[in-house]
Amino acid sequence: MLYIVIAYLWASICLYILLGGADFGAGIVELVSKPKHRKTVRNIMYDAIGPIWEANHMWLIIAIVILFVGFPEIYTTMSVYMHIPLVLMLLGIIARGTAFAFRHYDAVTDEMQTVYSHVFTLSSLITPFFLGIIAAATVSRTIDTEATDFLSAYVYSWLNPFGVSVGFFTVAICGYLAAVFAVGQTADAGHQRMLVRLARAFIAIAVACGGAVFVSAHRSGIPLVEWIVGDLWGQLAVLLATLSLVALFVALNRRSVLWMRLLAGFQVVMILFAATYRHYPHLILLKNGGDLSLTDHHGGLASIDALGWALVLGSIFILPALFYLMYAFRGNRK
Amino acid sequence: MDDFLAARSQMAMSLGFHIIFACIGMVMPFFMSISHFIYLKTGNVLYKGLTKAWSRGVAIFFATGAVSGTMLSFELGLLWPTFMEHAGPIFGMPFSLEGTAFFIEAIALGFFLYGWGRFNRWFHWATGVVVGLSGIASGILVVAANAWMNSPAGFDYVDGQYLNIDPIAAMFNDAWFSQALHMVLAAFVATGFAVAGVHALMLLKGKNTSFHHAAFRIAALSACIAALLQPVSGDISAKDVAKRQPVKLAAMEAHFDTEPRAPFIVGGIPDEENDTVRYALKIPGLLSFLAHGDVDKPVMGLKDVPRENRPPVAVTHYAFQLMIGLGMLLAALAVVYLYGLIRKRPWLSSRWLLRLFVVAIPMGYIALEAGWTVTEVGRQPWIIHEVMRTADAVTPMPGIVYSFYLFTAIFISLSLIVIFLLYRQIKMVGRLYDPTDPEYQKNP
Repeated sequence: MLYIVIAYLWASICLYILLGGADFGAGIVELVSKPKHRKTVRNIMYDAIGPIWEANHMWLIIAIVILFVGFPEIYTTMSVYMHIPLVLMLLGIIARGTAFAFRHYDAVTDEMQTVYSHVFTLSSLITPFFLGIIAAATVSRTIDTEATDFLSAYVYSWLNPFGVSVGFFTVAICGYLAAVFAVGQTADAGHQRMLVRLARAFIAIAVACGGAVFVSAHRSGIPLVEWIVGDLWGQLAVLLATLSLVALFVALNRRSVLWMRLLAGFQVVMILFAATYRHYPHLILLKNGGDLSLTDHHGGLASIDALGWALVLGSIFILPALFYLMYAFRGNRK
Repeated sequence: MDDFLAARSQMAMSLGFHIIFACIGMVMPFFMSISHFIYLKTGNVLYKGLTKAWSRGVAIFFATGAVSGTMLSFELGLLWPTFMEHAGPIFGMPFSLEGTAFFIEAIALGFFLYGWGRFNRWFHWATGVVVGLSGIASGILVVAANAWMNSPAGFDYVDGQYLNIDPIAAMFNDAWFSQALHMVLAAFVATGFAVAGVHALMLLKGKNTSFHHAAFRIAALSACIAALLQPVSGDISAKDVAKRQPVKLAAMEAHFDTEPRAPFIVGGIPDEENDTVRYALKIPGLLSFLAHGDVDKPVMGLKDVPRENRPPVAVTHYAFQLMIGLGMLLAALAVVYLYGLIRKRPWLSSRWLLRLFVVAIPMGYIALEAGWTVTEVGRQPWIIHEVMRTADAVTPMPGIVYSFYLFTAIFISLSLIVIFLLYRQIKMVGRLYDPTDPEYQKNP
């Protein structure tokens, strides 16, 4: 049952990055698009995420619940040493969700719309940035459980060049997912052209940020290259990710909606796979050389069993309903 | 303010706001579904407009409740890591099920809000009902987790170790039923009276009267039925607390001396230094009767409890009095309204009755917050009743007070915006939702 729970944890993080990430990306794309396109982008994005955005963010809750029920030591270590970036990420989540809902449900359309839009787009940027920082901190051996001063314990644990570059990389990935997804949401050739341009730009930014991640990892002494291409599985994942990127460009040019979505999703899953599997089962690498691992630092087996059953039962209810929701509102074109 | 107090204040405030958003998100879907049902059965477009108007409210409150709930799932760890490290695996079961309920609620809400004209109309109606049912399920599960803190179960606590964990037994602890029942009814009372009061206010203003009258009737009827059931549930809760947490009961009642024929204390100012309560009205034997169903049975007083194990008496006592007082007032209003309704009295649409409902707008929520204060403050100094002290659970990170200021600012601005949005919704009823209004625009 432990492995089922771990699989659910990985799957929910993965789905959060894909679906929640595309969701954040909707705000990021709106933020960077030219003022004359902004209204179009906003409408396309709204049609795309309106009915499903709440559900997209449930994956984060599922992941967090799995952590605190199944792996309490990992959850509390993160809560204590990542307190500040977690709070900043939460600020983003709060501001973003409410601004998005308020923008749509305000009965009067006036200058408040601009306020909601500013809050929505800025917080769409902040949230994945700190999500990336937190993810980076778990593997960079910067969490110092023996630190005695405030800065080393609660700030330098996450604030470093590697974390910042992973943060930007996450933002770029979100923008890229959203732009690719949005292409299929409009039938207008001009809008499609604009979105394809945006998607390419985000891919370029993501590649550049990816480069920055490797450079900063190297300079901070994090053996990232070795982790990712050190064995066959990693090499395979990197190869597949690169190939799917090439194929994605073809799909974008041909405007084949299904393929571009599948390839973009697949590519991000491969990146996540390459980034996580070498650490498995360790989830947090500590500064003192210790590791918090999923197989050693879990709660009692009775709790894991109950959690596993709750997740399995939950999926029986959730997944069909979720698929039907996505199916029913697919290509919500106007 | 020290960090411990800041952490407690931040948690109290976050829950205090979330509880309001969550209760509205739990109850409004039912009002919406009732109105939707009437529309589907009668074809009266007024009810279609009302359903849409209320569903906007549901969407606003669901979004706010969802983000404040997400925040709470992190705050538990951010503020109380030691608690979560030990409690997580034990009381996690309701949380993992709640994740499912919450997820289903979000999916169903997506179907409902965007489903007009897309699906079979009864399927569409059913998705609205599912929003409400999964909301209630979420509420019950979260309260079951809180009940575990009051009534720890499902583990053996041996030499500081938490052994033989049984998550199912933890979920079905002794307090879950009485607490969940009381909470769900409270949600209906508070939201029902608030919604009814707002529509009563609009009726007094005399615009879109048939629209607001339809809305008022649905909300008022639900609120009144719940308000009459609530004292029964309160009695179950009181007897339960008397059995499991006699110290909390003593603090609620500012009851210092262990004695038979224990009096029920109304009002008064507890003096915690001298272990006495001044200027109180005492009704002999009533507390014994309420706690144990027998006027002669003794009720434990606070003097039997070491000072370091006593909760803050004054806060608990005042909050309890406030809850009971407001609950009685609302129950009285419910009796008047239901009597008028059954006997078809002409004063049912009189201005004085509507004014009473307007006055009642905040009462349910104040009572609800007071009740929450009773159960949380009354559990102190324990975070897990008689197992872990709250002070031992707090995060080692200094500077929580700034986090408290930050979250206070967030919640206050969030509430102001929500009130502003509701004000605008109500102002636009004629144009957006009431098809009988001359200004109504079909597709604005």
